[in-house]
Amino acid sequence: MKYTLRVWRQTGPTATGSLVEYEVDDVTPDMSFLEMLDVLNERLQLAGDAPVAFDHDCREGICGACGVMIDGVAHGPGKATTTCQLHMRQFDPARPIVIEPWRAAPFPVVRDLVVDRSALDRVIEAGGYISTRTGAAPDAHALPVAKPDADTAFEAAACIGCGACVAACPNGSSMLFTAAKTTHLGALPQGQPERFTRARTMVETQDDLGFGGCTLTGECTAVCPKGIPLSTIARLNHDVLTAAMRGD
Amino acid sequence: MSYREGDPIADTRAPAGPLETRWERRRFAARLVNPANRRKLTVVVVGTGLAGGSAAATLGELGYNVLSFCYQDSPRRAHSIAAQGGINAAKNYAGDGDSVHRLFHDTIKGGDFRSRESNVHRLAEVSTSIIDQCVAQGVPFAREYGGLLDTRSFGGAQVSRTFYARGQTGQQLLLGAYQALARQIHAGTVRSHPRTEMLDLVVADGRARGVVVRDLVTGEISTHLADAVVLATGGYGNVFHLSTNAKGCNTTAIWRAHKRGALFANPCYTQIHPTCIPVSGDHQSKLTLMSESLRNDGRVWVPVQAGDDRPPNRIPEDERDYYLERMYPSFGNLVPRDIASRAAKAVCDAGRGVGPGGLGVYLDFADAIERLGRASVAARYGNLFEMYQRITDEDPYQVPMRIYPAVHYTMGGLWVDYDLRATIPGLFVIGEANFSDHGANRLGASALMQGLADGYFVLPAVIGDYLADGPFGPVGADAVSEAESAVRDLVTTLLSIDGDRTPESFHRELGRLMWDLCGMERSEEGLHKALDRIPSLREEFWRRVKVTGSGAELNQALEKAGRVADFLELAELMCVDALHRTESCGGHFRVESQTADGDARRDDDHFAYVAAWEFTGVGEPPVLHHEHLRFEAVRPTVRSYK
Repeated sequence: MKYTLRVWRQTGPTATGSLVEYEVDDVTPDMSFLEMLDVLNERLQLAGDAPVAFDHDCREGICGACGVMIDGVAHGPGKATTTCQLHMRQFDPARPIVIEPWRAAPFPVVRDLVVDRSALDRVIEAGGYISTRTGAAPDAHALPVAKPDADTAFEAAACIGCGACVAACPNGSSMLFTAAKTTHLGALPQGQPERFTRARTMVETQDDLGFGGCTLTGECTAVCPKGIPLSTIARLNHDVLTAAMRGD
Repeated sequence: MSYREGDPIADTRAPAGPLETRWERRRFAARLVNPANRRKLTVVVVGTGLAGGSAAATLGELGYNVLSFCYQDSPRRAHSIAAQGGINAAKNYAGDGDSVHRLFHDTIKGGDFRSRESNVHRLAEVSTSIIDQCVAQGVPFAREYGGLLDTRSFGGAQVSRTFYARGQTGQQLLLGAYQALARQIHAGTVRSHPRTEMLDLVVADGRARGVVVRDLVTGEISTHLADAVVLATGGYGNVFHLSTNAKGCNTTAIWRAHKRGALFANPCYTQIHPTCIPVSGDHQSKLTLMSESLRNDGRVWVPVQAGDDRPPNRIPEDERDYYLERMYPSFGNLVPRDIASRAAKAVCDAGRGVGPGGLGVYLDFADAIERLGRASVAARYGNLFEMYQRITDEDPYQVPMRIYPAVHYTMGGLWVDYDLRATIPGLFVIGEANFSDHGANRLGASALMQGLADGYFVLPAVIGDYLADGPFGPVGADAVSEAESAVRDLVTTLLSIDGDRTPESFHRELGRLMWDLCGMERSEEGLHKALDRIPSLREEFWRRVKVTGSGAELNQALEKAGRVADFLELAELMCVDALHRTESCGGHFRVESQTADGDARRDDDHFAYVAAWEFTGVGEPPVLHHEHLRFEAVRPTVRSYK
C-alpha cells in the first residue's frame, strides 16, 4: 500500500516550521504507524535528507515517549491507544495523513515532531510523591488498603505522562495529568498526610509553568491512552478547595 | 578470533563464614561517611530505571551530591517501565512455605548454578524490604478484598511470591522510584540531566572520576566530574536488533567503560523469553512481550501432526500436544524461560509450529475461561489481551494467542564484586548492566527485584566504604581532554563517512546474524561463522554508513550510529565467550552439549566459573579472567523441572 503523509518539519525551537508532503510505498497492514515512519526515515537518509525526528522508545504503549497529532487527534484514531500502538490497517490509503507535534505553550517544539515535555516533570517535583525515606518503611501488611481504594489508585496510576491530555485540551491544561497523580496518591492511606498540600502545590506549579486552566471540556480523557477518567479532576478540585479551607 | 588466558580474579569483598550473616557483617564493616561530608562528595548515576532511579534517589536522600543522566526525555521513561509481570519477594504472605532460603535456592538453581551464592543470598534477604519500601511510596500492588497484598506464581518456583500491579508492575515500581527521585530533585540533592547520553568514562589516576556526555538536543559534548560513577544503563539485548527492549536501549555506557578497563562478564548469557508476539514481517522494529504470568493460566500447545494447518478450534483435544505439560509434568507450563523457549524452538523446528512461517506456538486460555469465567481472566490479564489484539488483530478470548521466543534480557554485563564495584576503582555497576545475580538464566520477576535491591539497599550501604576515602581531589585536565576528544572524534568520523547504508540497516544485519548464530542455540560451526562475519560487517560499517545532519543538533541518526558501532564490537565478544564455553547452561545452549532428551548439559568440572573479559583493542584477542564459583550452601545438581 502507498500512503501520502503531510509531516510537520521544523529544524529547531525558534525556526519556522511547515507541513511537508511525502509518499511512502510498500506499507503493509501489519506495520505499526511508527514503523511506517521508520521506512520514510531510512529513505530520507539515503537521499541525504534529515530524517523526521520523533520521540519513541518502548513501542509497546507504556513508556509515554511517543505522541503526535494525527489528523488533529492526539495519538490518532485508536481509542485508548498510544501512537506506537497504531497499525497501518487502521488508515485509509486514499486519505493523506497529517502528522504534527503536540501543541501547547509549555511544550515548545524541539525539532519536527519532538517537543519538550519537561514541564510535566516539574509538576511532579512540586509534590507528586509520598515523602518516605528508603529503609524506613513498616511491613507492607501493616496497613491494609480497601480494595476499592486500591483500584481507584491503580486506575489513576496508569498515567504514562505522554502529554496527550495537554495537547488535546483547548486551554492547554495539564489538569488530567496532575489529577491522575493526586488521585493515585490521595486515594491511598499512605498518601493522606500530604494529600491537600500536594494538590495545592502541584496545581500552583502547573499554573506557574503556563499550563491553561481547566474548564472540564473532557477532550483530555477522550484521547488519554490509559483512559484516566474525568472524575480524577473532580477529586483534585475537591482536594485543592479543602487545602484552601484548611489553610494547608 | 581467539583469546588469551589471564590471571584469575577473586571476589574479595564478600565476607567468609556463614552465608546467612554475610550481608549483615559486610554492612557493619563498611565504613560510613559523616552526613556533613556527604554533600562534599559527588556521585554520577547514569540511567534512571529501577536501579539508577532508586540509587540516585536514595543517595540524594543520604545527602550526597548526585548527578543523574538518562537519554530519555524524562527519567520516568526508562525501560524498566515496560516490565509487566511482577516482582519476587520472600514475604511468604501466601503461607505456602516460602522463605529467604527458598528464594535463594530457586534463584541459584534457576541460574543453572552459574551465579555467586553470596550475592544471591543477599538479594533474597533484601527482597522483603523492597516490598515494604514500595508500598510506603504508594505503589498500587494488586490486593485481595481483605486489603492485603495478592501474589501469583512465576516460572521456576512452586510458591506464590510474585507481587504485581496488573500487567504494569514495572511501570508502577518505576513511578515509585521516579517520584522518590523527583522529591530529591526538588530538595536540590539530585540534579537531573534528561536527553543526555553518556559517551565515555573519565578515568584519572586509576579511578573512575566522571563521564563525558552529549546533550541530545544541542549536541554539546561536556564532562561531569565526580568522586564515583554508577552505571545503571540496562542490558544489551538490542545487539540482536529485534528484542523486547525499548528502541533506545544500548550497550554504549558499559561498552565504553569496558574499553576503559572494566571487565565484561559472561557476555554470552542472554535470555530468550518464551512468550512474545511472533515477527510479522521485515519491517519489524521491535518485539512485544506477553507477560510470563500468562503461563499461570494459559496452556501451551501445538498440533501433534507436523503441517496440520487447521484453525486451532478445529483441532480436537487428542490431536494437540501440550508439550510442556507432557515433558515437564511437575512444573508444566511454568518451567523456566530458557527451557520453555528451547522447547518452542524444538517443536517449530520439527515442523509443528503454527502461524505464518510456522514460527509460533499456541498459548490457549479456553480452559481458564471455562474454569474461571471470562471476567476473572479479564481482571488478571485484560490489558495484555488488549495489547495482543491491537498488534495481531486477533481476539485471544476467542482464538489462542500465538507466541514465539524473543530476546528479552541479558544476564551478562560488567563484572562487579560483592560491593558492586567494577574493576576500575570508583566505578559501580547496578541492575541489568552488571552480571552478578542471575547466573546463566534469570527467573521471571527477578529483574525488578535485583534492580531495586541494588539501587535502594545494596549500593547505598556499600558505596560509603569507597567514598570514605574521598573527596578525591581535582582531575587532571589531560584525562578530561583525552576522553572528550575521543568522543568528538567519533562523532566527526560518523558524520564524515557519508556512505550509502543507514545505521539501521547495519543494525538489522547484525541482529539477524546474532539471532541465527548466537541466539537460542549456539554451535561451534555457527560461532566460527559469526566471528568471521562480524569483523567484516564492522569494517563495512566504518566504510559505508551514512549519517546525515550535524553533531550540533538533535540528530537521532547520529545517536543510532554510535550505538550500532558499539554493538558491532560487543557482538564479537559475545561470540568469543559463547565459543569458549563449550558447555550448555541456562540461556547458553551449545548443541554439542545436550542430554539424550535435548536438555542442557552443564560441565561443572570445567566451567563452574564466571568468564570476565578484558579489552585489549578492537578486533584483538581479549584476555579471559576466571572467577571460580564456590558452592557451599547449594550443591550443583542437574537442573530438573520434570
